[in-house]
Amino acid sequence: MSELLANTELLRKILVGFVREEVRKVGISKVVLGLSGGIDSALVAFIAAEALDPENVHAICMPYRTSNPESEKHARLVAEACGIRFSVVPITTMVDAYFEKFPDADNMRRGNKMARERMTILFDHSALLRALVLGTSNKTELLLGYGTLYGDMASALNPIGDIYKSQVWQLSAAMGVPREVIEKQPSADLWAGQTDEEELGFSYRQVDKLLFRMVDKRLTRQELAAEGFDGEFVESIHAKIQNSHFKRRLPVIAKVSNRTIDRDFRYARDWGK
Amino acid sequence: MDFTVVLAQIKPKLGCVVENLASVEERIAAAREAGADLIVFPELALSGYFLKDLVPDVALRVDSAEIQRLVELSGGISIAIGFVEETDDYHFFNSALYLEDGAIRHLHRKVYLPTYGLFDEQRYLARGEAFRAFDTRFGRFGMLICEDMWHLSASYILAMDGATTLICLSSSPARGIEGDSLGSAAAWQKLVSTTAMFLNCRVLYSNRVGFEDGVNFWGGSEYIAPSGESMVRGLLLEEDSVTARVHEGALRRERIFSPMMRDENLFVTMQELQRIAQERGR
Repeated sequence: MSELLANTELLRKILVGFVREEVRKVGISKVVLGLSGGIDSALVAFIAAEALDPENVHAICMPYRTSNPESEKHARLVAEACGIRFSVVPITTMVDAYFEKFPDADNMRRGNKMARERMTILFDHSALLRALVLGTSNKTELLLGYGTLYGDMASALNPIGDIYKSQVWQLSAAMGVPREVIEKQPSADLWAGQTDEEELGFSYRQVDKLLFRMVDKRLTRQELAAEGFDGEFVESIHAKIQNSHFKRRLPVIAKVSNRTIDRDFRYARDWGK
Repeated sequence: MDFTVVLAQIKPKLGCVVENLASVEERIAAAREAGADLIVFPELALSGYFLKDLVPDVALRVDSAEIQRLVELSGGISIAIGFVEETDDYHFFNSALYLEDGAIRHLHRKVYLPTYGLFDEQRYLARGEAFRAFDTRFGRFGMLICEDMWHLSASYILAMDGATTLICLSSSPARGIEGDSLGSAAAWQKLVSTTAMFLNCRVLYSNRVGFEDGVNFWGGSEYIAPSGESMVRGLLLEEDSVTARVHEGALRRERIFSPMMRDENLFVTMQELQRIAQERGR
């Protein structure tokens, strides 16, 4: 699938430049990110370490008691490989204390709570360290809505939000992310044995191929069918994008004045920077 | 005449006219010291690009102190620069000035305001309505602002009006990471080279760098000879100052080898365009 092959040299230069400039222009020199042991956060750590002094990159691993112990091991491996600061803040006591009041909560509620618990830790460290929080959601999961709103989707800057998972793999290999991390099955690691692809019901490579044609190239349903995509698969992915669109927007504001934030009060975030 | 041009590949700060003007003045002083005859800045060099509701806040009248300061500086070096222009009737244009010998030689208002994809110019800015060539001490010039150049008619009109040098001031965002080189850079390089070749004109292309809300401007400012050959090109994605020596002889020779502009039939073009306009009912 040649069109999803990224020019990794160019991509690396752009993403490293993005972190360097967008962090420094707000008068800050540090970043903080959650390092899960997975490939997305590993790649962001490598980008940040190259953009800023590795001393200025703080990675926090935030395991829950059901997290795979291998995840913390891989997170540590990544931090060592790119020379960044690393700490572990387990979230088990906070999460369990909450669910003592709601023992019947299902996996989705528990997973969301964990993602948001981690978010509060990252933003607390943002204040503690005077560091911006880097996001680690890729374009595939942002489009599918496969993330927790105000949880792992929350950040100040996201270097990888416009590249698909297939491209994350390529860039990670080019930047020297440890092989173990690149080769393992992607997982949200909320419970033992969970894998993204099993939960989603399709592979990342399969869906990236479709997303690239549907979103980037704007192919019609007929054109997708002509390329051999199954109609039901196309419809289900379209529904996922549409139904998760709220996650990619600011909260909706009821308009009553002449200048409503983000509707007719429009400024770039880099206003004055 | 032969002359030396500097293409100032700068990184304006969004909405910060005072700071941008200071860095522009530094670049002018440095170019002048280095013996340059002309300095070309990018589109919206004094304000930054994704202005949205900041447009009225950063706009300058042509008789403002800021612009008059640049007019004054053009006593020592000719200057082409982009800014948001405010008019007496409170319209705001994406404009470019050509300043020389302490006077305004030309004001171009961007005609083609892109409002698609990541662009939203026509929501905030008024549309210019003319392409006019003008005389400078280096010969007859034409100015285009970024998207203007993607309309063949714009460069064509300037060339037919006698321009032999086209200046394009640009704020072009980087996009397209699939190929050997950056997609938007490759497209532009093809465009400026082809335009120069078709019209037997030089092109001086000045593009900015830096990020605004995650959008990266790619730089790569360049001087294209009338043959279409890129003579010098600035860094990709980084600040730069591109110096080019422009030779009158190269223009003359190219126009002797490839006299397409001499042979261009204005009468046929006008006749057919008028027919098309009539058939469209205008």
